[in-house]
Amino acid sequence: MWLIKMAWKNLWRNRSRTIITMAAIFFAVILSVTASSLKDGIFSNLVKNVVSFYTGYVQVHKKGFWDEQILDNSFKSSSKVEEQILNEKNVTAVTSRLESFALASSADITKGSLVVGIDPEKENQITSLEKKIIQGSYLKDTDSAVLLSQGLSERLKLKTNDTVILIGQGYHGATAAGKYLVKGIVKFGSPDLNDKSLFMPLATAQEFYGADSMITSYILSLEHTKNLQTTRLLLGTELGSAYEVMTWEEMMPEVKQHIQTDSSNMKYVQGILYLLICFGIFGTLLMMMVERKFEMGMLVSIGMKKSKLIILLLYESVFTVLAGCMLGIIASIPLVYYLNRHPIRIGGETAKAYEKFGFEAIFPTSIAISIFIYQGITVLIIGLLLSLYPIYKVIRLDPVTAMKR
Amino acid sequence: MDTVIDAHDVSKIYNRETIPVYAVNNVHLHIEKGEFTALVGPSGSGKTTLLNLIGGLDKPDNGNVFINDLDITKLSANELIDFRLKNIGFVFQSFNLIPVLTAKENVEFIMLLQGVKKSIRDARVKQLFRQIEMDDKVDIRPAQLSGGQQQRVAVARALASKPKFVLADEPTANLDSKSASNLLDIMAKLNKEEHITFLFSTHDQRVIERARRVITLVDGRIVSDTAAVSTKHEKVDV
Ligand SMILES: Nc1ncnc2c1ncn2[C@@H]1O[C@H](COP(=O)(O)OP(=O)(O)OP(=O)(O)O)[C@@H](O)[C@H]1O
Ligand SMILES: [Mg+2]
Repeated sequence: MWLIKMAWKNLWRNRSRTIITMAAIFFAVILSVTASSLKDGIFSNLVKNVVSFYTGYVQVHKKGFWDEQILDNSFKSSSKVEEQILNEKNVTAVTSRLESFALASSADITKGSLVVGIDPEKENQITSLEKKIIQGSYLKDTDSAVLLSQGLSERLKLKTNDTVILIGQGYHGATAAGKYLVKGIVKFGSPDLNDKSLFMPLATAQEFYGADSMITSYILSLEHTKNLQTTRLLLGTELGSAYEVMTWEEMMPEVKQHIQTDSSNMKYVQGILYLLICFGIFGTLLMMMVERKFEMGMLVSIGMKKSKLIILLLYESVFTVLAGCMLGIIASIPLVYYLNRHPIRIGGETAKAYEKFGFEAIFPTSIAISIFIYQGITVLIIGLLLSLYPIYKVIRLDPVTAMKR
Repeated sequence: MDTVIDAHDVSKIYNRETIPVYAVNNVHLHIEKGEFTALVGPSGSGKTTLLNLIGGLDKPDNGNVFINDLDITKLSANELIDFRLKNIGFVFQSFNLIPVLTAKENVEFIMLLQGVKKSIRDARVKQLFRQIEMDDKVDIRPAQLSGGQQQRVAVARALASKPKFVLADEPTANLDSKSASNLLDIMAKLNKEEHITFLFSTHDQRVIERARRVITLVDGRIVSDTAAVSTKHEKVDV
């Protein structure tokens, strides 16, 4: 107890040194919490983008569909399967699609297009398709109309209320043909989707392709995106080998790659940050040991056990580092919260890269509590590891040499 | 008479490989309980080195140091720390005190290390501050005390553990003559009234005159020792 009191007094013997050390730790915590929450925020924001993008978190297909995306690899939509999927705790919503290719033409232009039959309402819940409308209005279940992607509409020179003609191969080799009203134009960030996709109500698509009650995929949205793999595995066993369950990471490996590169860049930033903290703390520890060398020699001379002296120094480090960490965490809460509300917007190359995938280049911070705790503990551990240096010096201390001047 | 310190043929040699310096050279030294002895000699004569050897702060290259018949040269570094705590009081030339603690806390510090109970600590602190005539300065930090007052507190701290003897390396070197004489008064009084054994080194002629025994070192050897005279004095005093 008296050692704790003495440690406390020692902290204030050189006020500015203690404050410098605390400040170093304080800013270290703020910076690393912010960096880390940005990293996590960017990650989950990108993932969220992926969902509203097109793919969804998880898709269920008939086995083999992904490798050969043809109508003959479709399956009969079944409320039982749908229920099984929804029974999985982590799944919040599910919608069906019937996807295939067809030629879309206007008066004299023809273009290959991806015709997607959707359940308008459920689709909107998962991918917010309605928000992407830039002209006209959204589909209803019973419409015999389509939404054209912006690029495709420009190529075909079609506007809302024009008519598009679709010709393709239907289910089991039947011919598919039809004329549809263009009810709206949707804009995608991804050039690929923007240049060739076309949406119609599921029933209309089934009729067009002659694929009554057939679908090619279920699109799922999840509650906890971190449990992506677990959910995939659980669904895989639940649904059996007739189906394939795929995550967005498998379906869009290039996006996954991009996110990984970005988060590892962030890790370098954090690494440098931690290094700076180390130097900052170490510098003040070095100063302290030089300043107190004589005194420590004197204390050991008059009979203070080195173990006691070490405990004293440990208390001092723990106080300093802990106080710095706590204050840092407290101060970073409003900062991180602010950056969550007012996300950082970036421009330049990176922004273009993101836009290519259809993402907005805005970076909100994550406000997960675990980040504060994790970063705080990391800095705490760094601080405590560094205080091994004074301990080492005390172990090697020779009172006679220490008291020479 | 009880022998407190018995240094037997001790030597300390620095720079063995290059030009050896015999800081302490085959010294025999005998100190009895209750002595008040000064170690004198020119700068570099080995006073500090000898005191460090006797105080178990340093190990001799040769010879043995017995404290109350225990050969402390055989103790490990850690055992020595504990030995010093329980048996030896130290007063250094300066910066004796822990700057963040008050005078009283500095004195108490030794007893805290020894695990002495609070009631006993308090009583002892009170008694010691009376003895060093500083009852009114207990709660003051070292920086606010004069050099002489700081040294008096250092003496009180040295005594707090009830040591077998007190070693003081040039305790008055940083003091003006009045403070030096005052410190010596207090040490002499403690020696006389409490039979505390003091061994101190000094350059100061006025301090040397207060000693009852004077040992003179030159180049690490004892060249004179007034032991015979001092013993006579002691008998007269007691
Ligand atoms: N660590 C050391 N390394 C080398 N030589 C040393 C060391 N310590 C002391 N010496 C030498 O040993 C001799 C005795 O030194 P010591 O400090 O004991 O003398 P002193 O009598 O206390 O001197 P002063 O009156 O100046 O304090 C000196 O020649 C000194 O240079
Ligand atoms: Mg000396």
